[in-house]
Amino acid sequence: MALETSAHDNDTPARPVPYRGGGFRPRHKRGVGLIVFAILIAIAELGTRQGWISALTLPKPSDVFWTLVEFWQSGRLTQNLFPSLTRLVVGAFLGTLAGIGTGLMIGLFSAARAGFVPLVAAIFPIPKIALLPLFVIWFGIDEGSKYALIAFGTFTPTVVATYGAVDNVDRTLIRMGQSFGLSWMSIVRKIVLPGAMPGILSGLRISLAIAIILLVAAEMLGAEYGIGAYILQAGSLYDLDRLFAGVVILSLLGVVVSFGVGKLETRLLRWRV
Amino acid sequence: MEIRLDAVGHRYDAVEVLRDISLTIPAGKITCIIGPSGCGKSTLLRFIGGLEQPTLGNVFQVGEQPDGCLNALTYIFQDFALLPWRTVAGNISLVLEDHGLPKDRIDSVITDVLARTNLSDFANALPKQLSGGMKQRVAIARALAVNPAVLLMDEPLSALDSQTRDLLMEDLVSLWSRTPFTAVYVTHNLQEAVRLGHQIVVLSRRPGRIHEVVTIDAPLDQRRTADPDLQQKHDHLWHLMRDEARAADAELVHGA
Repeated sequence: MALETSAHDNDTPARPVPYRGGGFRPRHKRGVGLIVFAILIAIAELGTRQGWISALTLPKPSDVFWTLVEFWQSGRLTQNLFPSLTRLVVGAFLGTLAGIGTGLMIGLFSAARAGFVPLVAAIFPIPKIALLPLFVIWFGIDEGSKYALIAFGTFTPTVVATYGAVDNVDRTLIRMGQSFGLSWMSIVRKIVLPGAMPGILSGLRISLAIAIILLVAAEMLGAEYGIGAYILQAGSLYDLDRLFAGVVILSLLGVVVSFGVGKLETRLLRWRV
Repeated sequence: MEIRLDAVGHRYDAVEVLRDISLTIPAGKITCIIGPSGCGKSTLLRFIGGLEQPTLGNVFQVGEQPDGCLNALTYIFQDFALLPWRTVAGNISLVLEDHGLPKDRIDSVITDVLARTNLSDFANALPKQLSGGMKQRVAIARALAVNPAVLLMDEPLSALDSQTRDLLMEDLVSLWSRTPFTAVYVTHNLQEAVRLGHQIVVLSRRPGRIHEVVTIDAPLDQRRTADPDLQQKHDHLWHLMRDEARAADAELVHGA
């Protein structure tokens, strides 16, 4: 009652309360990413056609597209993509598997932590490409050195992500497991590993991107076929159309990998709040 | 099965947490442990279940554990401790899987405990879909699944709102009335202690010592909030706790 009378009191001015909330909350905007791409490509196309972007600076996007089509039709795409994908899959698989294993050891055993953490810190900043000549001696000039390079490059970020993730597993859940008399193996398999999965998967995103970079680097230094070799060849002939076609393929590969990890996350981490 | 504590004392480095606790937890009764915050009551519960070791004294389990008991000393935690990536049924299955039971036996135990805690419709729900009260019911179902000799409850209702707390207390009373179990119930809430405890152990502030042991003989299922006898016990306990709680509070403020 008292509220009502004061609201109708004409002597005191009434203003609506200004809205100050909102914002700071990323929302899903469909298609905006595609529009940005389309605008940039359209500008490049227009510029190269009208001549205010010289042919030496940038190839015509439509030419790059036709190069890609030709690349696909001649069968040379598969010829180059297949070895690249094999190297990527084998190398990244070995590296992440070893990385997750080592990360788990560091997370679970204090002795492993004391022994390996400084070692990983020492290995992490080494540009792995610098070691390629060494890998050629150790693992052979063929595929072995390329697998090793990619595996080594994905290993360290995976280790760091995994032991960080194990450290972050809720200790009360582990105490719960112990209080119900679960075996050590059960606790690791059913509590620690699933609990660390979010951290391991976000580490996987980073290490797979590194894997693609290293793949190209390895192929540039010595490979007959492969996307990296193709780009290197195009670059040395200053064939911008083919160079950009190769770059486009790498970008697409990155998008596909990131999409795959995203799918894996939604599948494995459905339980997350 | 009975639990006997014999002159248990504990210190973390320079801080003495518990001193000379001798106590018997009788079988088939609920023993409540109350005390001001920081008096070491949760630590005491961890000693009883073997999750931590006291620096002085011993904790004994006396007598045989019941038939079909998979985990004699079983906890119910304040924060539920459910695996978020497992369903309700999966969380219960977790504590049965290590015992080499056949699959159909595990399934029948799960069905049974879910029915006893009125959770049958939620077997396939994930913890994130459940309210706090439901999560604690799942934790209770999980504890019942291993057919424990002694239930160790560490402030099981403290994370819940007061209506849910009342509902869950009723659940615990009816579970106990159907099949009496041995339990140690740690709480800082006097109402819970008066409602659920057959024996109420009042601890002093740090270092925690036994201040007094109060017994309440009224049967659990006949305790009403308006009961003058219970109110009297409640007031007596509050009288015991009040000065301790105030002193403990002041201690924290002064950092002594």
